[in-house]
Amino acid sequence: MTAILSARDLSAGYGESRVLRGIDLDILPGETIGLMGRNGMGKTTLIRTLIGLLPALQGQVLLDGADAAGLPAFARARKGIAVVPEGRGVFASLTVMENLRLAATTGEWTEARVLDLFPRLGQRASHRGNHLSGGEQQMLAIGRALMTNPRLLILDEATEGLAPLIRDEIWRVIRIVREAGVAVVVVDKTVSAVLSVVDRVVILVKGQIAWSGPPEILRADPGLMHRHLGVDA
Amino acid sequence: MLTGLIAQLLNGVQYGLLLFLISSGLTLIFGVMGVINLAHGSLFMIGAYLAFGVASLTGSLWLALPVAVLGGAVFGAVLERLLFRRFRTRAHLDQVLLTFALILLFEEGRSALAGNQFHSVPVPAVLDFSVPVIGGFGYSAYRLAVLAICLLVAAGLVWLIERTRIGSAIRAAAENTEMLNLLGFDAGRVHTLVFAGGTALAMLAGALAAPLQSVYPGMGDGFLILSFIVVVIGGLGSVAGAFWAALLVGLIDTLGKAYLPQAAGIAVCAMMAVVLLWRPTGLFSRT
Repeated sequence: MTAILSARDLSAGYGESRVLRGIDLDILPGETIGLMGRNGMGKTTLIRTLIGLLPALQGQVLLDGADAAGLPAFARARKGIAVVPEGRGVFASLTVMENLRLAATTGEWTEARVLDLFPRLGQRASHRGNHLSGGEQQMLAIGRALMTNPRLLILDEATEGLAPLIRDEIWRVIRIVREAGVAVVVVDKTVSAVLSVVDRVVILVKGQIAWSGPPEILRADPGLMHRHLGVDA
Repeated sequence: MLTGLIAQLLNGVQYGLLLFLISSGLTLIFGVMGVINLAHGSLFMIGAYLAFGVASLTGSLWLALPVAVLGGAVFGAVLERLLFRRFRTRAHLDQVLLTFALILLFEEGRSALAGNQFHSVPVPAVLDFSVPVIGGFGYSAYRLAVLAICLLVAAGLVWLIERTRIGSAIRAAAENTEMLNLLGFDAGRVHTLVFAGGTALAMLAGALAAPLQSVYPGMGDGFLILSFIVVVIGGLGSVAGAFWAALLVGLIDTLGKAYLPQAAGIAVCAMMAVVLLWRPTGLFSRT
């Protein structure tokens, strides 16, 4: 099976600072990956490099097995890579519906399906992005990403700063998206929630993949979890 | 007295709507691309000279209008692709130097092609009459036609920006270009579209204004200053704000010159100062 997105010996960073070193990663169709690591370990940098916002300093990013170098972010998005970035990226001056319709493409994820998934967005349809609560903004950001009918959905800190009830709602939706066959990459600090939803965990330490494997093994090895993530099982 | 006031009010509205054509492009280019285009007034001048050239060659001002719009769009797209794209993320001082250089280039080009003398462009024969308004006084049919054309363009522009998907993309580009790219939009194309549209509007304004005043070197300078005031009052990047601010500035400038000429020069600036004290981001700013 050809991976949707791959990294081969990938190094990237900002200016002189090299944040990622020799990353090898395959994201397969329908797979759900938890990208984990403490703050500053390179998770967001890896995402930005994979989606074309940051150039690779060394190595390759492959999209459907082909070298994606020179393929700008908008072209990668058109090939089915959707991102909910840290900070959500909701357009403040656009209404909820304008935000959703801006991203719309033909496919299974229609406006009706997204509003069915997030009924709250339907109630706030004519409100501008800057008039939404943090939870509503996150729902909108995820709904908007789904409107692009992605093959791969990347969520960077999707539940950060949200109330527990809203977090539960986001995890429920991630499960639905996963069951719909969309590959998902989740970056999140809520270890237990991540482990309950993913097929595979990838842990970054100082810009390198320190560990990769099924969540069951990580859950069963408190020492491993403590060493790499600083949390106890 | 009343007929004079009505005439000045109509003049003010018509002048304001012309200002809107220029300032809507200016506000979109600044709002979406973050570029301060000092050469925007020169584009207005080029539109007026284009009208003079087309009218001289063909005898028809009407032909000059689509030429100004289409030619302006192509010219703007070329300018954006070759120059402004490279300066979008550079410091404002660099942008000011670039656009000041363009002013000099455009003025030299104008001087070489059309000379330094004043020219007049005749009002189209079909509109060369007066329309009776209240009290039996007549108002230029051409001025009324300019007013109607500007209103139509304004309505179309507001509809495009506020009601269409491409309008949403333009507003989104003004906020977060990176996020727009992540939704599959080529933000670079949105920038080209905005710059092309802004240039077309400025050149259309110049072509429409040509019969209303002489066509002369540097004729865009005064319009540029007032357009910047319109953009600041309306709120950077807001087309609706530019519309209402342009009407306000057009009316105050025209009425000031007619009834209080000694204070006309500062009236508009004083209004801008008051608006900025009251709402520092402009009347219609969304932020």
